[in-house]
Amino acid sequence: MIIGRDESRCTGCKICQLICALHHFKEHNPKKAALGITGEFPVPGKYKISLCTQCEKCIPVCPTEAISKQGDAIKIDPEKCTYCLICVDECPFNAIFVHRDFKVPFICDLCGECVEMCPTKALYWEQ
Amino acid sequence: MIPGYGGSVLRINLSDGKVTKEPTPEEMIRDYIGARGFIIYTLYKELTPGIDPLGPEAKFITSTGPLTGLFVPSSGKIQSGGKSPLTGGYGESNSGGHFPEELKMAGYDMLILEGQHDKPCYIVVDDDDVRIEDAKEIWGKGSITTEEILKKNLGEDFQIMTIGPAGENLVKIACITHDFGRQAGRTGLGTILGSKKVKAICIRGTKTIPVHDVDGLMKVGKRMYQQCFTNAAFELWQTYGTAAVTNWANRIGSFPTRNFQSGYFELFTNLSGPRMREEIVVNNKACFACAMCCGKYSHTKTKDYDVYVEGPEYETTAMIGGNCALGNIKDVAYANYLCDEYGIDTISGGSIIGFAIECFEKGIITTKDTGGLELKFGEAKCVFEMIKKIALKEDIGAVLAEGSRHAAGIFGGGSEKFAMQVKGLEQSGYETRRSPAMLLSYMTSDIGAHHRPSWAVTHDLQSGRDHARDKAWKVKELQHTRPLFDTLGVCRLPWIEMQVPVSDYCEAYRMATGIERTEEELITISEKIWNLTRMFWIREFPDFGRADDIPPARIWEDKLKGGPTDGGVLSREIVDALLDDYYKERGWSKDGRPTPEKLKELGLDWVIKDLT
Repeated sequence: MIIGRDESRCTGCKICQLICALHHFKEHNPKKAALGITGEFPVPGKYKISLCTQCEKCIPVCPTEAISKQGDAIKIDPEKCTYCLICVDECPFNAIFVHRDFKVPFICDLCGECVEMCPTKALYWEQ
Repeated sequence: MIPGYGGSVLRINLSDGKVTKEPTPEEMIRDYIGARGFIIYTLYKELTPGIDPLGPEAKFITSTGPLTGLFVPSSGKIQSGGKSPLTGGYGESNSGGHFPEELKMAGYDMLILEGQHDKPCYIVVDDDDVRIEDAKEIWGKGSITTEEILKKNLGEDFQIMTIGPAGENLVKIACITHDFGRQAGRTGLGTILGSKKVKAICIRGTKTIPVHDVDGLMKVGKRMYQQCFTNAAFELWQTYGTAAVTNWANRIGSFPTRNFQSGYFELFTNLSGPRMREEIVVNNKACFACAMCCGKYSHTKTKDYDVYVEGPEYETTAMIGGNCALGNIKDVAYANYLCDEYGIDTISGGSIIGFAIECFEKGIITTKDTGGLELKFGEAKCVFEMIKKIALKEDIGAVLAEGSRHAAGIFGGGSEKFAMQVKGLEQSGYETRRSPAMLLSYMTSDIGAHHRPSWAVTHDLQSGRDHARDKAWKVKELQHTRPLFDTLGVCRLPWIEMQVPVSDYCEAYRMATGIERTEEELITISEKIWNLTRMFWIREFPDFGRADDIPPARIWEDKLKGGPTDGGVLSREIVDALLDDYYKERGWSKDGRPTPEKLKELGLDWVIKDLT
């Protein structure tokens, strides 16, 4: 299972980011979300959604083998992570995130809170 | 520090470049809640009466509330205010987008601009880092273009407010634009920024907003969102936004047409939500944390133009479409784009252009005044030209740029009667000669003829459309409840359209701040704020009162022409009866002034001295 996205339905409301940060960190701070919403304005007037696709390209690039697949989701082991951020640079979907409050980058764990809260079904479960 | 707030007030003096940050006063938090409350309290405390609203003593304030940026439906709202250069009285405007949560996440509840810069500048607030930058490269450019350039230079994650050439030229209906099409449109706040030579305010915040009880807020927040998701009108609202109102307003004869000569536009189906969706809309666009996404992003294209624009939303469709009689949604959208890019409020702009066209048709002004331009209802090119003339103060545009009240004073010829404004602010998109409670709302709104504090058209449909009875209590109730949302820092539409109960907002406020307050107590604070805005007018204009609440004489002298409200008119006696009831309801004098007893009851003892 992955979280699918239909960018044509995204309105840029960022409820997904809000609930993501609340669920994982108990914080009102969409800058701490494991998905990104980027507006493309004034033309063409659409939003891009950056979200892990489980492509696993981050796993081999990690020099300390901190990244692995556990169940359906990619996980970063904070004990092994050396904060080099190579994974952030290498992710083809810009879906590994950082915030100055944390040393370890973060990535979608497929908790599904964003799917539940997305008001336009721009995010959905996909086999 | 009280949770639920950014924590600081950021003050920038543009004359000397001094930046100060002070903790948001706890007393102000407890007594005035936030946003709208903070603005009027601060303006009242800090402004000297009688100052030039475009001088260095004037201030511009933008402020969030305790629920802004939190997990509450449509919490991406901000209030901006100052002494209005258009009306000379209390000025404020509400806007949405993504600037509100960004300001709060940078740690600020209020941004106050004072003084005047000596050359064009823009302000950058990057969390704690605040700087004033040279705006040489962007001064003179359109609002949308400016935002695009600044986002490229600073980063997409900056949220930006801009003004257009109209604000730079001190056109008194200049707006502030954000997020490529969200405006603080009313009362000329863009003009204040222009006078301070501030082209843009750019902000990025990365801090967590502290709240009292996160789990409790998540619980109530989810309940509020579920109320939206399961509401029968949810999908309709997502599909059409405020444009859903266009057909309805015409069917009840409340759609301003040809400068409010009629309440019905014969071409309204061309401007309807479904037609707009079919012809120009490319995407839905939401403010922060909003599930309803009333924003419609459009691409309007003909052989003459090809632009992208957010909108038109209902007010623009009413004031540019109906009021100037443009029967093509593409033309209305292009006029919307021109207003946005030049930085003009579409409501005042559409009203003033409709007024000018009627003056022209009646021979009060001629081609000698208009630089040779023939003004005619229904002519799109004439409307496009007039927007530019007003923004650039060309020909008659220089007079119209001062607002319709001022223009009518210059034009004479009986035009005062149909300059559709109250207190100098042009009336927004509802015809009222068969809607007395809505008329009373416009007459008594605390910024001039605007619908935000009270929208009472449905009350008129229920309680009678041709008499003054049973109106005042409702308008008073609305004037306390609706502005409460502007005080909490959230949008009122989930309450109005999705029936999210006020009690849920009270619970969310409690979870966010830890402050225990009942719904009744919050409404009483809203009443206090309402009385303070009234006192702002009284302090500026010592004779202020009843005469300032009287609408233009068209209301009782000119019958509506055509449509379901054909022949509609409200007599001067009804207008006076509405005010009598309203002042009594409010505990004000017959002259429309708060009494010392009322002010004391509301804890406003400190302004009683300004009554004399």
